[in-house]
Amino acid sequence: MAANPMYQFNVYRIGPEIKINNIDISFTNASLFMVISSLAILIIFNLGTKRSIIPNKIQLLSELSYSFISKMISDTAGSKAKPYFSFIFSLFMFVLFCNMFGMIPYSFTVTSHIIVTFVLAAFIFIGVTIIGFIKHGLGYLKLFVPSGVPMVLLPLIVVIEIISYLSRPISLSVRLFANMMAGHTMMKVFGGFVVSLGIVGGWLPLGFSVALTGLEILVAFLQAYVFAILTCIYLNDALNLHH
Amino acid sequence: MLKKIIFQFLALSLIFTYSAQSAESGGMPQLNPEFWISQIFWLVLTFGLLFIILSKFILPKISNNLETRKSQILENIETADKQREETEKKVKEFDKIIHDTKVEAKNFFNSERQKVLDDINNKRLSLEKDIEKEIIKAEEEIDQLKKTSQEKITKIAIETSSDLVKQLIGEDINKSSLSAIVEDLSKKEMEKHNGI
Repeated sequence: MAANPMYQFNVYRIGPEIKINNIDISFTNASLFMVISSLAILIIFNLGTKRSIIPNKIQLLSELSYSFISKMISDTAGSKAKPYFSFIFSLFMFVLFCNMFGMIPYSFTVTSHIIVTFVLAAFIFIGVTIIGFIKHGLGYLKLFVPSGVPMVLLPLIVVIEIISYLSRPISLSVRLFANMMAGHTMMKVFGGFVVSLGIVGGWLPLGFSVALTGLEILVAFLQAYVFAILTCIYLNDALNLHH
Repeated sequence: MLKKIIFQFLALSLIFTYSAQSAESGGMPQLNPEFWISQIFWLVLTFGLLFIILSKFILPKISNNLETRKSQILENIETADKQREETEKKVKEFDKIIHDTKVEAKNFFNSERQKVLDDINNKRLSLEKDIEKEIIKAEEEIDQLKKTSQEKITKIAIETSSDLVKQLIGEDINKSSLSAIVEDLSKKEMEKHNGI
């Protein structure tokens, strides 16, 4: 069982089966880790709201992440994106904490499931498209017509632009999902090597495993950052239409 | 040699584990739609609640804290500037006071010194006057003494000489003649003494 590197991604029911209108919404290990991540975020950031002029460590942490994300949004999407700050903040923190909780051995990585990342990406895609049409009306379609392109190439370019726009949710979700899945599978495979090679040859994969853990923590942060910053870039397209 | 053996062993075990794992695996659990609806439901629930709580309660507090800190820092810098200016003013005042006091002290010292010098001068002058007076008095006294002493001396001389004559001759001599002689002699002696 432990030798199968894909076993860690199995979803199983915790507690009783819950069905509404014949649709299974039972509480699973995935749900458990979503709840744990959300609670951890809420607890940490709630501890960071003490009103003291000189911040303690946890307050410093929450204020630094606040200004980090605030700066990221204003750098990529400008000042118009301010109303969407709390959404992007929640998104970044949720993805980051899910990734990081996944790094704990025997835990479950929520973001390693395509359905979760796809729902997030699809929500962002639909939301950004709606914002774009509200802000610019049908003029938002100008997004697919880059300026300064010769007329001959225009039909081709427009088709390419539309395909690239429509593939945004897929690329966004698959990027996160594939990174998390690949990293965790690799770690499991090397962990399996350690066990199967035993005390003689197990040291090399053990070293790899340790190095991979460090890399995976980096990837966990980086993917959350990329997810958030791509959301900002899409939002920027919708808010400031200049192609 | 040992390295080669270990390497071969490693490569072999790699192949073995791979084949064992691929035989066991039943594809990706991610693509099994059994729990998709459940995952979507719980994602929407937890993420939605997280978003609402963060945006309604926690993030405004954090931004408020940051704002108050910023304004507090600006305020503090302002008051610090003000206080620094005040200190500079005070330092200038202090310097001025010290300068003034120095000048005053110098003036005071000079005037006092002048006073003391004047006093000393006055005292010396009065003392000199007194001394002169004393000297004059003493001189007068000396003069008087000189005069009186001469008379006395002559008197004594007359008496002693009369006594001497009496003892030598055994009879009294006329006093007036004797005194004339003695006076004459003493005058001569005095002239000799005084270098006249």
